[in-house]
Amino acid sequence: MTRLGSVAAVALLAISRIAQLIAVILVIATFNFVLVRAAPGDPAQVMAGQSGASDPKLLDDLRKEYGLDRPYLVQLASHLGRVMSLDLGYSYRQRRAVVDLILERLPATLLLTVTAFCLALLIGTTLGALAGLAAGSVLDTVFTVLSLVLYATPVFWLGLMLVLVFSVTLGWLPPFGYETINVKLSPFEHVLDIMKHMIMPVTSLAAIYLAIYARLMRSSIIEVAQQDFIKTARAKGLSGSRIVVGHMLRNALVPVVTVAGMQAGALVGGAVVIETVFAWPGLGRLTFEALLQRDYPVLLGIFLILSIVVIVLNLLTDLVYRLIDPRMTTGAA
Amino acid sequence: MDTIRAFLRHPSGMIGLVLLLVVLIVAIIAPLVFPVSPWEMVGAPFTPPGEDGMWLGGDTLGRDVAAGVAYGARVSLLIGIASALAAMVIGVVIGAMSGYFGGKIDLVLMRMTELFQTIPAFVLAILLVATFNPSLLTIILTIGAVSWPPLARLTRAEFLRLRHREFVEAALCQGERTWRIVLGHILPNAISPILVVTSLTVATAILLESALSFMGLGDPNLMSWGFMIGAGRTVIRNAWWMSVFPGIAILVTVLAINLFGEGLSDVLNPRVSRRRA
Repeated sequence: MTRLGSVAAVALLAISRIAQLIAVILVIATFNFVLVRAAPGDPAQVMAGQSGASDPKLLDDLRKEYGLDRPYLVQLASHLGRVMSLDLGYSYRQRRAVVDLILERLPATLLLTVTAFCLALLIGTTLGALAGLAAGSVLDTVFTVLSLVLYATPVFWLGLMLVLVFSVTLGWLPPFGYETINVKLSPFEHVLDIMKHMIMPVTSLAAIYLAIYARLMRSSIIEVAQQDFIKTARAKGLSGSRIVVGHMLRNALVPVVTVAGMQAGALVGGAVVIETVFAWPGLGRLTFEALLQRDYPVLLGIFLILSIVVIVLNLLTDLVYRLIDPRMTTGAA
Repeated sequence: MDTIRAFLRHPSGMIGLVLLLVVLIVAIIAPLVFPVSPWEMVGAPFTPPGEDGMWLGGDTLGRDVAAGVAYGARVSLLIGIASALAAMVIGVVIGAMSGYFGGKIDLVLMRMTELFQTIPAFVLAILLVATFNPSLLTIILTIGAVSWPPLARLTRAEFLRLRHREFVEAALCQGERTWRIVLGHILPNAISPILVVTSLTVATAILLESALSFMGLGDPNLMSWGFMIGAGRTVIRNAWWMSVFPGIAILVTVLAINLFGEGLSDVLNPRVSRRRA
């Protein structure tokens, strides 16, 4: 494949992915629309939330603003138009636009999820590779049992147990929050402070995915090790470490990265619970607050935005996949 | 018979089965051991474990944590099994249609499955339960509605594999009706991997239910493990037992189901399992 050809191929891929993203946003926005109509109570009451539903003037205004007396299709079209122009409605509880509320919290969630995702992938594949190369050893058995247990642990409970050990009992780490409040810190100290607050939420979120990736990497390594090209490499007299690094790891990583992309949705869901445990000021915490107040527009907006986050994470893993899959880079594909 | 004998020789599968039986027995005998409802106050608030006849301690209102854990087993198993069955029904219907009819139907259904697999399932579950108000039925249907995609993909793959086998072609030639071919000929041959994945879905369903009730979206009339952990969260400094024991209960139950399911998978589909090992 020529260089120009491959650039065109990547551009084409990017365009098709953006089209896909827009399609998904429209589907989810439509789903949200249907859900508001399917909910008990009339749509104006649902959108006003618990605090606004008793205010007849507000309900009247809402019915007018959203044209709730017009045909459903007209309402849907105007709803989709609003979503595409980033108007996600208004929280009558917080008296602010939903999109502002969400954008304010999004960075904290991204920091948490992306850090946990990268760490889980990095450590999980390393441990899995070690276990796979030493299949049947004591180390392998320990890893296998540990990953089975982690896989069965509720993520929010793991978080609480970390708090119990490292904050309540040992007093080493702050039990909740994003930063220490009411203290003056230099920028460097501030970053350190945030990192300290991140240790437990990130660990609890990453642990389960780490277990999944480690198990996958282990079986993937074992499978790759039995393949002909590894035998060829051995026959050519390549050293053990060169075979592992040059031939096995890259090939073994391919299925792990595929699954990692598919797990992005679950990871984001886990972040929602973990933020509740640690009072982390992100979208999960916002979800919890919105649930307590039945602030429905906020819940709908969070669902839409988190879905977009997951799809973008998927795109990123897809990119990584293209970088590591040998068949993709040699141009044979 | 051979299958049962093979399972009895599967060590981790047997550990899972034994643990699962223990949880099941606790769920069944809960009302005998704890005749008083787990919502009733039976002692002083914050009673530490072992005191006042409460082995696992008392909660903020003096309710027995042990009773809650025992009754919680009923809720978790009921919701876990019922929602896995709901997911199985949805997944099998979608997967069977996709695999049997192929073409445009397959394309549309698989796109839908992919979409459901990518979006954050837990956030969707929160939204659905919050919309239709938390009750036993809405929770079961919601967990079913977000857990079916793997079952649909599996069923589709099995149907694609079996669709052109001789016995199916023979039934077609004899003019049998589509639903009879699907239910009477293809599905029985595809059922064992479907059952294995359904049993593993019970485990994820229990985890999902516990996370929902932790967030305050459980059925308000049912004592569930997730709810207990959520209630213990704010008082973890004073009453660690309130959140530790229900969590162990979830861990043991989910681990038991996973071990049992994987043992079942090894015994029923040795071909697939050997590739995975």
